[in-house]
Amino acid sequence: MADGMAVADMFTVHHTVGRVLCCMCGVSMAPNAANMCVACLRSQVDITEDLQKHVTILYCPECERYLQPPRTWVKAQLESKELLTFCIKRLKNLTKVRLVDAGFIWTEPHSKRLKVKLKIQKEVVNGAILEQAYVVEYTVDDHMCDKCTRVAANPDQWIAKVQLRQKVDHKRTFFFLEQLIIKHQASSQCINIKQMHDGVDFFYSNRSHAIKFVDFLNNVVPIKFRNDKQLVSHDTHSNTYNYKFTFSVEICPVCRDDLVCLPQKVAASLGNIGPLVLCMRVSNNLMLLDPNTLRYAYHDCNQYWRVPYKALLSHKQLVEYIVLDVEAEPAISIGSNRFSQAHVQVARVSDFGKNDTIFTVKTHIGHLLSPGDHALGYDLYGANTNDMEMDKYKGLVLPDVVLVKKSYEETRQRKRGRARPWKLKSLAMEIDPAAATKQEEQKRAMEYERFLEELEEDPEMRSKIALYKDPNYVPGSETASMIDGEQPPSVPLDELLADLRLEGESRADSDEDEDMDED
Amino acid sequence: MATRSQFENSSEIGVFSKLTNAYCLVAIGGSENFYSTFESELSDVIPVVKASIAGTRVIGRMCVGNKNGLLLPNSTTDQELLHMRNCLPDSVVVQRIDERLSALGNCITCNDYVALIHTDLDKETEELIADVLGVEVFRQTIAGNILVGSYCVFSNRGGLVHPHTSIEDLDELSSLLQVPLVAGTVNRGSEVVGAGLVVNDWTAFTGIDTTATELSVIESVFKLREAQPSAIVNEMRASLIDSMT
Repeated sequence: MADGMAVADMFTVHHTVGRVLCCMCGVSMAPNAANMCVACLRSQVDITEDLQKHVTILYCPECERYLQPPRTWVKAQLESKELLTFCIKRLKNLTKVRLVDAGFIWTEPHSKRLKVKLKIQKEVVNGAILEQAYVVEYTVDDHMCDKCTRVAANPDQWIAKVQLRQKVDHKRTFFFLEQLIIKHQASSQCINIKQMHDGVDFFYSNRSHAIKFVDFLNNVVPIKFRNDKQLVSHDTHSNTYNYKFTFSVEICPVCRDDLVCLPQKVAASLGNIGPLVLCMRVSNNLMLLDPNTLRYAYHDCNQYWRVPYKALLSHKQLVEYIVLDVEAEPAISIGSNRFSQAHVQVARVSDFGKNDTIFTVKTHIGHLLSPGDHALGYDLYGANTNDMEMDKYKGLVLPDVVLVKKSYEETRQRKRGRARPWKLKSLAMEIDPAAATKQEEQKRAMEYERFLEELEEDPEMRSKIALYKDPNYVPGSETASMIDGEQPPSVPLDELLADLRLEGESRADSDEDEDMDED
Repeated sequence: MATRSQFENSSEIGVFSKLTNAYCLVAIGGSENFYSTFESELSDVIPVVKASIAGTRVIGRMCVGNKNGLLLPNSTTDQELLHMRNCLPDSVVVQRIDERLSALGNCITCNDYVALIHTDLDKETEELIADVLGVEVFRQTIAGNILVGSYCVFSNRGGLVHPHTSIEDLDELSSLLQVPLVAGTVNRGSEVVGAGLVVNDWTAFTGIDTTATELSVIESVFKLREAQPSAIVNEMRASLIDSMT
């Protein structure tokens, strides 16, 4: 308190800054470090003297990027912050001054000139700091970047290739995988996709992109892969080698709904399951279920490839049965699926009315079936299997029928040809000309239709991919089918996604010259 | 009139010379040019003496004097002292003083009646200055600088001080010295006016870099345009004749 009083009471001399004459022009001014008025100081020293006023920058017209020496290409819009940063970085000697402000002066976009107005500060005589604005003109020279030159020379140029194959006679896996790839945008770095016999080839301009894609595949399907490289060229002087990389990826041939006879070793390692099991789900592992006992096991991808096995009977060999009688036990849940053990009496639809062959089988889908329904199953009674693994089991008693799923074939037939309210996206694939026969195309269309139906039947499968609303779909008269009661499964509308639709960017750049600000 | 000159490519001529109303000291340079400038302006009025102090050429910063006397630092040799006693008029008292701050030119500035001194000078030195130079002594600073000799130059007719001197300081100094003062620069904006300028009542020498503007400020504040060595006599004559009649 006393200190405060002392300070307040102390007499302080007020200092008025005097005025001196500028030593050059004699104008009266406040004294400064150089004792020169600003105009004279400007005329004496030019702080922008050793700074660049004209700079040439290289621009790739193909990919619209600028060269950041030595070899980086940066993408930047005109008048953007990034371009300004790039422009300022290109100036030499700018570290010797202090940059205060920078901004673009508007130039015609096609003039190939950029103008940047910079305001800089620098210490001049006797520690006086002078601020000055000046304009740097950048000449934009067109120069194709290495990558674009390569593409222009040969658009098919690829560095890495992923050959994805599955040795089965259908394309279900690939239809599903295509949807997974779209949903996860796994093919965004792909430069070309080619449909081949038994699979698809993905081409990449960079090895790491291919590796990333293989990693993605490893997470969604059981695969094994090997990679190879081929020497394209090399430079002994700089010790650089130019390779092409090929990743050969094989997908496990066992698909969903396939009947498998497990090798003895595998069955033992999975707790003596089966050995006749159904493959219920395929992700990066296989879910196997014994329909007789409802025992199930997850078979890891790595373990699978140690002792690989094939399907005993697959999707194509499914036979339609009619259900005559069901004795079901209460349903139990395994994962997200529900199963119910049941004794079912079935007869082949093809036999119906011809003979009295009736099979009594144990099945896992008792809760779905009721007398009169149709079901799909593998006809082991009539099948002529030729499986090495099965022959190794001595005294194995095969069931006559293994039911797989309920069939909606009858109700579907009425609906067939009617449009769906949803659609899937598809990858732009180049089709191998050898495979593009009419027969192949028909087969493909049929398999695709089956795939769509499967999607309608299985909500779990739908949850992994993205379905979109079909804007062209017009709801037809559903009343006719409503009358017959039972409906084939369909996709609830709230599961569908609205597709992103860009409106035409029609706004003209007409008002731009009003923004121009000259000073 | 004010004259521009340089000492061996240096504009800081106040470092290499000392000018008073009764004598002029000039450093011994490699050539005669610097000396000749002073000689041509002053030789028929006052003695222009080549000198060194403690073997150095920076005599303007080492000594201080007016028409009454000359103070030399302790480091001055006997020979140099003797030389100056011989060359200077008999009325000028040449005295060597024992002062810790030996750059007397930087620490003291004076005309024939008043001296401003560095605040840290000894009491004995202060008394000696008053006695030898016959002046009234004030301890002062110029715009916060304690080296009054470097940042202030004044004669009996006017003075030039550091450009950052505030108006209040200027008024105070002016009333102490009883001469008009102005804040200004020499040598194209240099604020070390003591180094760039030597002045007496009728002439001034400035560094070669001094601009025309600075020169005109100097000439007007030191009233050099009408000044002649004989002006004072002419002025007196009018009053003398006036009183005779």
